[in-house]
Amino acid sequence: MIVFDQVQKSYQVGGRAIPALHPTSMTIETGEVFGIVGHSGAGKSTLIRLINKLEPATGGRILIDDEDITRYSSADLRAFRRKVGMIFQHFNLLSSKTVADNIAFPMKLAGIYSKPEIRSRVEELLARVSLSEHANKYPSQLSGGQKQRVGIARALACRPTILLCDEATSALDPQTTQSVLKLLADINKELGLTIVLITHEMDVVRRVCDRVAVMDAGRVVEMGPVSKVFLHPQHPTTRDFVFESESVDRDELQEDLQKAEGRILRLTFKGESTYKPLLGSVARQSGVDFSILSGRIDHIKDTPYGQLTLSLVGGDLDVAMRALEAADVHVEVVR
Amino acid sequence: MEALMENLMGNVDWLEIGVASWDTLVMVGMSLLFSIIIGLPIGVLLFLFGKRQLLEQPVAYAVLSFVVNVLRSVPFIILLIVMIPFTVMLIGTSLGVAGAIPPLVAGGAPFFARLVETSLREVDRGIIEATQAMGANIRQIIFGALLPEALPGIIAGITVTAITLVSYAAMSGVIGGGGLGDLAIRFGYQRFQTDVMVITVALLVIFVQLLQMAGDRLVLYFSRK
Ligand SMILES: Nc1ncnc2c1ncn2[C@@H]1O[C@H](COP(=O)(O)OP(=O)(O)OP(=O)(O)O)[C@@H](O)[C@H]1O
Ligand SMILES: [Mg+2]
Repeated sequence: MIVFDQVQKSYQVGGRAIPALHPTSMTIETGEVFGIVGHSGAGKSTLIRLINKLEPATGGRILIDDEDITRYSSADLRAFRRKVGMIFQHFNLLSSKTVADNIAFPMKLAGIYSKPEIRSRVEELLARVSLSEHANKYPSQLSGGQKQRVGIARALACRPTILLCDEATSALDPQTTQSVLKLLADINKELGLTIVLITHEMDVVRRVCDRVAVMDAGRVVEMGPVSKVFLHPQHPTTRDFVFESESVDRDELQEDLQKAEGRILRLTFKGESTYKPLLGSVARQSGVDFSILSGRIDHIKDTPYGQLTLSLVGGDLDVAMRALEAADVHVEVVR
Repeated sequence: MEALMENLMGNVDWLEIGVASWDTLVMVGMSLLFSIIIGLPIGVLLFLFGKRQLLEQPVAYAVLSFVVNVLRSVPFIILLIVMIPFTVMLIGTSLGVAGAIPPLVAGGAPFFARLVETSLREVDRGIIEATQAMGANIRQIIFGALLPEALPGIIAGITVTAITLVSYAAMSGVIGGGGLGDLAIRFGYQRFQTDVMVITVALLVIFVQLLQMAGDRLVLYFSRK
């Protein structure tokens, strides 16, 4: 468990303290995939780098499994860092070392592993990230996705309990992003390790995260389970991200709504109700007519969900609303 | 044919040329070795003490940087003369091959130190950060990440330093340093034996070419980018 207790961070710039993270309290549970989204400069990297103390906090406490890491001596800190893996946007592999030597590097630094131990662990990790046949190549001979898989294998070498990912997929194409995310999700499930993941793509959050924090100008402005934040965004920044990820043009949407008649409802289905043939029976029961203005079905992590925007005319609207709510559909009246 | 050669190179004593070439080789080799031994740690310290670097130390950086700058801005010919008493103290003579080595190192080491500093600065900060995030201490960061990553740049720096030392070594002929430069000055310049001059210069050019080629090959071999 990672607990932020009134943590703050400011950078000294030209003799003045510029706040990058305002006092923040939050908890990241053991074993969850925790996403952090926000625009450039919001303070995401600052926040994640506080967790392994690449940046020291300028106020507050950070408790990791009940130990206050802000008080660690440098020897404690080095031992602690071995239990926290990190992967980076630009991979940060050593260009002078082969793939296998890159993965072995953190184990060699730790100085507590024997040579055979390191060799077998490297082989195991290479197989885990499907790079066994590339063991003796240099990073410059690999594709971006392969480099990031080396980065992941290296981060896992010393069997960490926390994995920090700073925009780990931002330099990759959509397909490669998919495969790297899948790898992260699998690792999270198999090893039960906590993953903290920064991204500026809501899609990444939707695919792998359990909970998400949205940051804006050095503050966490919204936080909660992905399904809640994603389906019912509250803060304007969150809405921007969600709309952007659904490639919805808000002006066009407004125009469409203006043209529609009657009541406009937004229905959100989750889990099994996504697949039920609900609308027809509700229409028959209540006598309303509906037309679909927009709709999509997708997944949040492993849970299917659907969102429909409908305009309803005629019939008994109350009956329709009650029937929908009874079927576990979240109903939001747009107009 | 032989008569022609005799006419053109009448003054050339090939044995003396051979000895002088060997002397130059020894002077450059020894001074390069000591320049690396002294310059490498100074270069690493310059890098570490620098602004926003791992051991940021503004005062130590300023002092070290000043000493390096002074040694580098004094023209080598002056350094040769100024160093004479110190050289005598150190090795008992300021003449010959041995006498030339201390001033050569005084010129070569600070030069090389700056080149080391520059190539360390070119190492991606992200790599240093990743190494820190793995729990490395400062020694491990230097020997495990910084130096291996900067190796091609450092080898290029050794090549440039070696070539500079060739020309410095030739200059040391002025104070009786021995080697090809000494030969060129004593015979080519003072006795107007143009053929000796041409041959020594040609040998120096060949020497520099060989160094550059070897250096480039090594850089290529160690570059994994
Ligand atoms: N070393 C530093 N010195 C001074 N200011 C810094 C430093 N690092 C970050 N900042 C500032 O802190 C703020 C937050 O930066 P941070 O890198 O955390 O943003 P981010 O959310 O990760 O952005 P991005 O998406 O572009 O990576 C920015 O205004 C940035 O200019
Ligand atoms: Mg960032």
